[in-house]
Amino acid sequence: MIINHPLLGPRDAAEFTVLGDASLLHRPDGMTATMDDMHDYAYLRDNPAGLHRELWYHEQGDRSWLVVTRNTLTHDVENVELARDVARTEGRSK
Amino acid sequence: MRYSALKILTQGLTGNKGWTPAWREPDPKADYDIIIIGGGGHGLATAYYLAREHGLRNIAVLEKGWIGSGNVGRNTTIIRSNYLLEGNQPFYELSLKLWEGLEQDFNYNAMVSQRGILNLIHSDAQRDAYVRRGNAMRLSGADAVILGPEEIRKTCPYLDFENARFPIQGAIWQPRGGTVRHDAVAWGYARGADERGVDIIQNCEVTGFQMDGGTCVGVETSRGPIRAKKVAMCVAGSSSRVAEQAGMRLPIESHVLQAFVSEGLKPTLPGVITFGAGHFYVSQSDKGGLVFGGDIDGYNTYAQRGNLPVVEDVCEGGMAIMPMIGRARLLRMWGGVMDMSMDGSPFIDQTHIDGLYFNGGWCYGGFKATPASGFCYAHLLATGNPHPVATAYKLDRFRTGAMIDEKGAGNSPNLH
Ligand SMILES: Cc1cc2nc3c(=O)[nH]c(=O)nc-3n(C[C@H](O)[C@H](O)[C@H](O)COP(=O)(O)OP(=O)(O)OC[C@H]3O[C@@H](n4cnc5c(N)ncnc54)[C@H](O)[C@@H]3O)c2cc1C
Repeated sequence: MIINHPLLGPRDAAEFTVLGDASLLHRPDGMTATMDDMHDYAYLRDNPAGLHRELWYHEQGDRSWLVVTRNTLTHDVENVELARDVARTEGRSK
Repeated sequence: MRYSALKILTQGLTGNKGWTPAWREPDPKADYDIIIIGGGGHGLATAYYLAREHGLRNIAVLEKGWIGSGNVGRNTTIIRSNYLLEGNQPFYELSLKLWEGLEQDFNYNAMVSQRGILNLIHSDAQRDAYVRRGNAMRLSGADAVILGPEEIRKTCPYLDFENARFPIQGAIWQPRGGTVRHDAVAWGYARGADERGVDIIQNCEVTGFQMDGGTCVGVETSRGPIRAKKVAMCVAGSSSRVAEQAGMRLPIESHVLQAFVSEGLKPTLPGVITFGAGHFYVSQSDKGGLVFGGDIDGYNTYAQRGNLPVVEDVCEGGMAIMPMIGRARLLRMWGGVMDMSMDGSPFIDQTHIDGLYFNGGWCYGGFKATPASGFCYAHLLATGNPHPVATAYKLDRFRTGAMIDEKGAGNSPNLH
């Protein structure tokens, strides 16, 4: 798989580690969240067959976090964004 | 038809004309007492033990492809009971005991071969950990022996004992571990279940659940609706996709694990060998091929194929302990989609929906669990209570803090 890094261009997926579902960007506020909110955030996943938004970390590169939209049936990478930008536009912990 | 040596002889003398199919191909009935979704090893074993242990007959196993097309026919066939934690080890030891009597029990040759499993030790800390694990195994009634390098040299002289980075300092050995012919397990359970009246329905994909006031009363399938008093999910790598149809989100991600087979070689490996410093395990099939594997690829996928970086990583692991493997050519490789759970351990439980049950989260280690998984799932379905060795496999264990995390890797499915 090739990840089209927004800053560095096409990079081999082997340079990255994968954290998983990009919904992890939206951690509930620990001071106000209920047990259920925290449990669902930490342990439950959609795990779809098809398009999946996920967090990739460029460990062997510039150490940026990316949000990669990838098809889990074909491995096609459809879209790559900086996680920072995604978090800002989505309003983290929304 | 009972299989026996005499049967082979008489059939051989009469032109092999008397063999009958090992199971029927029935059309689905309108309703059943129990529907099992998924004709993998676990689903078929569940049906078999429901019929055999609990006398239930009005059962269907619904399989979207053909039986054995999933992970039960894709794995590297290793069986063992060498877990550490209390929630796991008695369950896997029950499984190993069931393997030991399985072929006589279901009258089918599954080539259960207890050729032993050798987990290599490369550091002092690892020896401490494996001694502790060995004690836990023995407390559960399993077998475990700690070996030094000299004892390993007697059976495996070709290992790289003096490797500069990962010298081999010893091993933990489970003589009762070994390998089993994987698809014969599916066929044996299918035949045994069918003989006892279970309908095995292939090319029948479950596409939805029938609900009646919060109770599950049947399924929608590609061959029409079928009603049932109890519906039991058992679809391994497809767990999230099927559970989603009932509105459930699971503590599971689907990942791919690859397997590799070399060209056929003369007998050289006595049993299963695993590398303790990287992730690599290998055994030799009865045809002579070296069967090996290592880490999962690490990203969510349903594609049943992996990528090349893991191929390189697995082969490097092989070279690190067994340099001679570099002379063998790789013949074929494939992948299977696995249900990786949040703590690396499985689930055998009722769901929050009446009449709907769940079995899954087997990660890359569910083949060895096949007999006990079927046995315990059947127990739950028939009696309403978890089997004593499977009480820890609850769906809500992350809520209650009762995780069973052998590796201590936390809620990262790709690290288990
Ligand atoms: C490469 C590889 C190596 C492995 N090596 C080992 C090993 O050495 N030792 C070990 O213990 N474990 C190993 N495993 C793990 C083991 O194979 C699995 O954990 C186990 O087989 C899963 O249970 P199963 O046999 O019931 O799954 P499967 O055989 O996958 O059965 C699930 C079935 O459900 C069916 N299904 C899915 N969706 C639907 C639907 N909607 N309707 C109807 N049917 C459906 C599928 O078609 C499939 O046949 C390995 C796995 C892989 C991929």
